[in-house]
Amino acid sequence: MSILLNKQSKILVQGITGRSGLFHTQQCREYGSNIVAGVTPGKGGIHIEGIPVFNTVEEAVRYTEANVSMIFVPPPGAADAILECADCGLDLAVCITEGIPVRDMVPVKRILAASKMRLIGPNCPGVITPGECKVGIMPGHIHLPGKIGVVSRSGTLTYEAVKQLTDAGLGQSTCVGIGGDPIIGTNFVDVLKMFNDDPATEAVFMIGEIGGAAEEEAAFYIKEHMKKPVGAFIAGVTAPPGKRMGHAGAIITGGKGKAADKIRTLTECGVTVATSPTRMGEAMLEAMGKK
Amino acid sequence: MNIHEYQAKEILSAYGIPVPRGRVALTADQVERAAKEMGGRCVVKAQIHAGGRGKAGGVKLVFHPEEAQNLAKELFGRSLVTPQTGPQGLRVRRILVEEAVEIAREFYLSMTLDRGSSRYILIASAEGGVEIEEVAAKTPEKIHTLSIDPLIGLRPYQARKIALALGLTGSVCEDCVSLILNLHKVLLEKDCSLVEINPLVVTKAGWLMAMDAKITFDDNAVFRHREYPDMMDYSQLDPLEINASKYDLAYIKLDGNIGCMVNGAGLAMATLDVLKECGGEPANFLDVGGGATREKVAEAFKIILQDGDVKGIFVNIFGGIMRCDIIAHGIIEAAAEVKCTLPIVVRMDGSQVEEGKRLLSESGLNVQCGDNLGDAAQRIVQMLKASNGDN
Repeated sequence: MSILLNKQSKILVQGITGRSGLFHTQQCREYGSNIVAGVTPGKGGIHIEGIPVFNTVEEAVRYTEANVSMIFVPPPGAADAILECADCGLDLAVCITEGIPVRDMVPVKRILAASKMRLIGPNCPGVITPGECKVGIMPGHIHLPGKIGVVSRSGTLTYEAVKQLTDAGLGQSTCVGIGGDPIIGTNFVDVLKMFNDDPATEAVFMIGEIGGAAEEEAAFYIKEHMKKPVGAFIAGVTAPPGKRMGHAGAIITGGKGKAADKIRTLTECGVTVATSPTRMGEAMLEAMGKK
Repeated sequence: MNIHEYQAKEILSAYGIPVPRGRVALTADQVERAAKEMGGRCVVKAQIHAGGRGKAGGVKLVFHPEEAQNLAKELFGRSLVTPQTGPQGLRVRRILVEEAVEIAREFYLSMTLDRGSSRYILIASAEGGVEIEEVAAKTPEKIHTLSIDPLIGLRPYQARKIALALGLTGSVCEDCVSLILNLHKVLLEKDCSLVEINPLVVTKAGWLMAMDAKITFDDNAVFRHREYPDMMDYSQLDPLEINASKYDLAYIKLDGNIGCMVNGAGLAMATLDVLKECGGEPANFLDVGGGATREKVAEAFKIILQDGDVKGIFVNIFGGIMRCDIIAHGIIEAAAEVKCTLPIVVRMDGSQVEEGKRLLSESGLNVQCGDNLGDAAQRIVQMLKASNGDN
């Protein structure tokens, strides 16, 4: 068991004919993901690397029964690509695209509230269930099948965390990169709930950063409902206020969103927070020893 | 992306929102002529990308054109330091000269994204002209908010509720309804992260007017607004940050001496945290992008080295699916191209790590490789301490 993805997932790739779309399609397939279709409007009918390409998601679903989409569509068309998946009844869309305008995402988020489809991202590394299936751009080889659920707002910092977990002998059930944008389909609490209900997940590691209040909301959920130990790290302890630290979401405004406040709230809610990004693996071990 | 007050007012005006009559001046002489045009008595407003200008002396009511000219001479010659600018302040390159308006009442009005609900939100208050954060902290009951449903939009009856809550009645109330609806149009059509009118005033003659305005554009929406880049005032940015943005690198200048190059924003923040923990002082935040291509690594090196404070470089690349030998080649070529002689510590992870390390150690550069994040951070801090000892 795992969350979101498993060996049975049938994956289509929107934007498969683009450079990174194709590259990561190959990488995912090498990892063992079952990529059944590609979608690029105007290129329907061709095959790329043996994968049939369709003009629309609807066609791709009709012919291949795909239930998951990996989206590499460039920013101007990305919001539309997400809505197309929801309209076609997919279970999950993972949007890798970075740089979608907020004005496009506001209505998407509103429409998805009434849809059964779950969106991960945008601007995220994707989702991986180690040893089974990967939908995203993360390096498969640093992962190890196991019992730790990982959820993160970051990309490469998640790889750092996963590597430290793997080095400490702590394999992962599923790793979810929820994305660094101000509007994302799935937040920390959504993923924590799924891990809480997943019998294959025994503990959770969470990677947050400055800006917003998502980590605080997660902390309160953990305190009230989480049955499993949680370790965490918050990046940006030394970040200057008012500056956008790469991610649009990572900005300290009006004295809110500071790392120190997030760390205090998490600690108060029973989470073991790593004091340094070099000690994320240790923090996870400590959290598991405690409970 | 930030723009100036006068640019924000031009946009508001184009959408039918009344603003005071005004002129933008680039020289003190132009300020004098504009002041004459306004009839002598006018408001001189320094244009910088930060709030708090009034208390810093950047906004003043003057009574004669010469007075305006003298004030302009003084403002053009210096940087304005406000609580929002940081200690160096921001250079004044443009001055807005506006007619003086007799004010009866002041309000606050803004629209921005509420991340909690993933919707745009309208914020209004009958306490205008002061910082909204202050009002929120002291008298939260004076703040009225409205969550805007993207599928329904902002409706006139909702705008009217806000106008009435501000205590407006009669024709001014209806004027305020149109103003709110027009402001919502600006928010959407111009892809704004923030539109703020503070203060929004009712003049003694009974007209609504935007006395001060702030607009921030969504950086991600530049592709559909060709006019954005032309509205940018580069004098308000650090020159190194401008250079970095040309190559799509996220760069922020900091106060230390260790130049940092990292792939990914979260890892870059964590890298700064580790360096500080080891007693080092980072000179910058720099994200070369998740992929860390050779071209970007080369440009990043150049930008880091343009900062005269940099005494050593820390490279932290979690290659992921990129091979470390390719990253190593990129670093070696870039360092050679810019003739970098400073100590470099590289921490790489991904496939082909050993090959990458071998290439770096045989490159003839002043480079060390760290085994992991903590080890690498300690190395660069120690290398800098050692070289300081030599001096």
